Amino acid sequence: MAVLVLAEHDGKALKPATLNTLAAAHAVGGEIHLLVAGKDCAGAAEAAAKLDGIAKVLLADDDAYDHALAEPVAALIVKLAPQYSHVLAPATTFGKNIIPRAAALLDVAPISEISAVVSPDTFVRPIYAGNALATVQSKDKIKLITVRGTAFPAEAKPGGNAPIERVAADAAPTTSRFVGAELSKSERPELTSAKIIVSGGRGMQSGENFKLLESLADKLGAAVGASRAAVDAGFVPNDYQVGQTGKIVAPELYIAVGISGAIQHLAGMKDSKVIVAINKDEEAPIFQVADYGLVGDLFKIVPELDAALAKLKG
Amino acid sequence: MLLCTCTMRGLRRAAGEASAASGGIYLKGEMKLLVAVKRVVDANVKVRVKADRTGVETANVKMAMNPFDEIAVEEAVRLKEKGVVTEIIAVSAGPAPVQETIRTALAMGADRGIQIDTDAELQPLAVAKLLKAVADKEQPKLIILGKQAIDDDSNATGQMLAALLGWPQGTFASKLAIQGEEALVTREVDGGLETERLTLPAVVTTDLRLNEPRYASLPNIMKAKKKPIDKLTPAELGVDVTPRLTVLKVEEPAKRQAGVKVKSVAELVDKLHNEARVI
Repeated sequence: MAVLVLAEHDGKALKPATLNTLAAAHAVGGEIHLLVAGKDCAGAAEAAAKLDGIAKVLLADDDAYDHALAEPVAALIVKLAPQYSHVLAPATTFGKNIIPRAAALLDVAPISEISAVVSPDTFVRPIYAGNALATVQSKDKIKLITVRGTAFPAEAKPGGNAPIERVAADAAPTTSRFVGAELSKSERPELTSAKIIVSGGRGMQSGENFKLLESLADKLGAAVGASRAAVDAGFVPNDYQVGQTGKIVAPELYIAVGISGAIQHLAGMKDSKVIVAINKDEEAPIFQVADYGLVGDLFKIVPELDAALAKLKG
Repeated sequence: MLLCTCTMRGLRRAAGEASAASGGIYLKGEMKLLVAVKRVVDANVKVRVKADRTGVETANVKMAMNPFDEIAVEEAVRLKEKGVVTEIIAVSAGPAPVQETIRTALAMGADRGIQIDTDAELQPLAVAKLLKAVADKEQPKLIILGKQAIDDDSNATGQMLAALLGWPQGTFASKLAIQGEEALVTREVDGGLETERLTLPAVVTTDLRLNEPRYASLPNIMKAKKKPIDKLTPAELGVDVTPRLTVLKVEEPAKRQAGVKVKSVAELVDKLHNEARVI
């Protein structure tokens, strides 16, 4: 039986997390079908069809799927799922919103945020903020799964030519309606797929001071993140949050500035390849996971680092 | 009339006019709210994996209400204080100690509790089914849950409960307003914020920025001791809670080695450039 991957996309292209989900689908095995649901999203379906390793793209392009509300998209998955052994989606707010709803309608226990595929029915998933890894086996006929993007490589090899099959839509939902969105606009890379992240915590003291980190980020081609404390304090918007209940990241380089390193924050970034910590408190737990630690006043260190990077990159 | 099929205990309402609203029957002027609370290992505890790899150590470990559920209770209490909600029912599932968690919700301002008494291992799908059965009995207009429990990190129960009830869902809420027969929910999504309008009854799950939960005052803790907690069993609710996922083992992740402290920015840049080769 084939594996269905629910694509997260922006209408024109697949979001990076979808590519990691495809890698998990390949690890499960079997033919892969990709479902692109939305409104005016033929572009994303066409882009997906060109990827290597996809047997078929299902396109559900209809008003009903505009903004990917959970109610209609879950109903669509319920309709399609019986033809599949597995349904996978990225463990983003998009996938986490939809997959459990579809699972309950199918009377299936969803498997949240897997970090490894052991066999087609057995998966590893982090629990307790990543302080333990559970290996779980599903007895359900269809497995509904969300995939932690940082645990799988992005699969974006071109060379495919998958057929695009249109899927008929059901009526638009009547009990939930999209009202509006306030999305952060940034020229910088997306947090979850950035190669370098510069992150700030309570030690930044204000939102204004995040400009210091933005300057660093621009020199490094990095994304800017934050700890929960910085978001709660209103320094930066919620979509900056890295941690157990925010975004899980694993860049090549993570620079933590003024972040003490609560376990909930470490849960979101401890799989980064190289971690740098800049903090005035030498006892801060962040130093226990940092490859390179620099103890001192961030308001002196960051401008100095900025100048050094300008010289290096210049 | 559907009303006569009600068998709820602790009913304080006088028989009144019934008004049909989408998805249920409500008495005019009444709005019940169900809030689900879970007892978990306290967020500040560093958990240890058991030597036999069957789970994490929970004996002699500080337990607390799941932080996201505290936010759910707080939101419920604020809705009652605003006069939007008339009664708050706090529900938890598990053996006797979950009563403490329910008492915490009662001390924060919930009116009564329901303990679904069971020693069985409960997975999110089973919990969603139990809560669905309680909702069928109680007919709330709104159910608020934490978006995820900080023990199993599933982030699934609210979505599944909404599905089983056939209600709309507003997940990861950072703002909630009840406007007549609708809920306006602002959601924390990966790209920022998104707002949806849901027709009641609905399920809402809380994110961190929804509110800052209050501490229960001593008088309220005393008052909570007198508030009723009903007991129900999964069998009474007609729910099979048999786990669908088998936990084969629980292991500790690979430990990260602490690195070195550098003395200067110049040394840091040199290490990153020449040793780690990441810049």
